[in-house]
Parts: sequence; C-alpha cells; structure tokens
Amino acid sequence: MSDLAPRPRRRLLLAAPLGVAALGGLGFWYMLSGLQNGSFNPRGVPSALLGRTPPDFALPPVEGMSHPGLSSADLRGLARPVLVNFWASWCVPCIIEHPQLMALQAEGVPIFGVSYKDRAEDARQFLSRRGDPFTRLGADPPGRVAIDWGVYGVPETYLLDRQGIIRWRYAGPVTAEIMNEDIKPLLRRHA
Amino acid sequence: MRRLVFAALLAPGLALAAFLPSDRLADPAAEERAQSIGREVRCMVCQGQSIEDSDADLARDLRRIIRERLQAGDDDGSIRGYLQNRYGDFILLRPPFSLATGLLWSTPLLALLFGLFLIRRRRAVVVPAAPLTPEERARLDQLSG
Repeated sequence: MSDLAPRPRRRLLLAAPLGVAALGGLGFWYMLSGLQNGSFNPRGVPSALLGRTPPDFALPPVEGMSHPGLSSADLRGLARPVLVNFWASWCVPCIIEHPQLMALQAEGVPIFGVSYKDRAEDARQFLSRRGDPFTRLGADPPGRVAIDWGVYGVPETYLLDRQGIIRWRYAGPVTAEIMNEDIKPLLRRHA
Repeated sequence: MRRLVFAALLAPGLALAAFLPSDRLADPAAEERAQSIGREVRCMVCQGQSIEDSDADLARDLRRIIRERLQAGDDDGSIRGYLQNRYGDFILLRPPFSLATGLLWSTPLLALLFGLFLIRRRRAVVVPAAPLTPEERARLDQLSG
C-alpha cells in the first residue's frame, strides 16, 4: 500500500509551521531582550539627519542671557564633539535630565542649547534655579528650527562630531545610563 | 430626536478640536489638497494618527507648514519630500517603496507565488492509482456480487 508509507515531502510540510513558529519565537525573544537592555526602543524613531550636517539656521540668543545665540555656522569645524540639546522650561522630562547635562558640562563638554517654544523669562528662571549647562543658547519660540532638525518633542539631544556631522540623537530625557553607555563612549570615539 | 440634538451640540466641538479656523486656507480646493496631504502624514507625537486628526502642537505646526508650502506653489511630492527630509520615511503613514521597504511591499506577492508553487507541486505529486492486482479484482467481484 504505497500511500500509507510516510512521504518525506509531507513530513517536511509538517515541519514548516514548527519552523516558522520557532523563528517567530526567536525574533520575539530578541526583541524582548532588546527592550530589557535598552538597545531596542519601539517608540524610538531614528533621526533622518544621522550622518548629515544640521540644516542652515541662525537663532538669536535668549533675551537677557549672556550666552551667544546658535547658528549652523557655530556647528562646523569644532575643536571637539558637542551636544545640542532642545529643551523648554515647561517640559518636565527636561528637569529630569538636567543634572546629567550639568555633570557633563562640568567635565568640559560643550553643550549648545535650543530654547524650544519658551518665554525668555521662563528659560532664564529655569537656568538660574537649576544651573546653566550651556555654552551657547539659541531661542526658537516658533519651533521652526526644531522642525528642520526633525525634533518631535523636547527634550531631544544630538551629538555632533568635530566635522559637525550628526552622529547620534536621543528623544527623551538623558539618564545616567544613557550618559555612560551612549554619550560618553561616543564622545571618546569622536574626540 | 435627543440623539440628533446631542450630535448637533457635539459636532462643532469636534471640528474645533482638531482644527482652528485660522489654520484653514480660504480656497476650498487648496484646503482639500492640504488635507489630503496631511491625512498621509504621521503625527510623530501620537504616532498612530495623521496630523489632520491630531491635536498635538507639532501636528498643528506641520499642518501650517503644509499650507504655507502649498501656497508658495510646491507640488504634493515636494511637500512630502520636505517632511521626509526632516523626519524620515516614518512620517509618511504609507511607507514609500525603497530598497529598505521592498520586502514589506512584495510580501503579499511573494506569499501568493509561494502558494501557487505549493499548489503546482501538489498537483504534480498526485500519482495515478495502481491498477488492481488479479487477487484484488477477484475479491472486489466477490464483494460486489
């Protein structure tokens, strides 16, 4: 009876769904482990500007502050890599990340700020109360320059190498982990 | 009747929520074009919504930018390109066809081809039943009388 003998092809077909399930499980496991160690962020969107120089812009200083403003010309031919941080006094996560920026500034890393959709007096008050990590600070009340950078919420932090090329972007508050695992190694690599 | 009254009360609120009248273009045809572009643009803050449906600040800014560029004479493609340059492919709710999204778009076609291939193979595999042996034939005749 030939049709009772198991056909290898049929056995292969039976194994196919198992194989697909195994592959799916592996992918799922990989995703979960990425979620756990922070290398995979489902809400994170890679910046379209990575590997490019920032768009041309010129922002005036925040009124009443001694810092110079920020323009694209300030981001070319740098002595060392810099951070560009978009923030606002009304943004709660910005308060959370502020100590990290202060610590980095104390180590001598230049941090350029963009005051996003903020009032000058609020920005001044925020910095005088919590400390001022910025070497330059541009005011972007309409948030147009932020849109040119692809910013979709504050805080957002960019790391530029010495040629002024954007190497890294993080949307959300910079934590101690991000500082140690991402920012500091990148600063060393591009120093 | 009561339902109608409720609907009538809610309708203007809903319309206002997503849209301030000052954001609209006066020309209805241009406004329609702006909305059709906006419906394909993702609100990066809420991510599941288009900027036409979203209340987020950034969505309103992007709606304004679309209308500004439209009035400046840009065509739909270059307005989409403007946003794509800044926010990447993710800002478009309909992913564009590229090398990276090629597999995504061709998956249905590949699945169909794979299915057809399986069907063809199955057909080819079917072997005609072997003719009855004389003993089987005799047994069958006996059974069927």
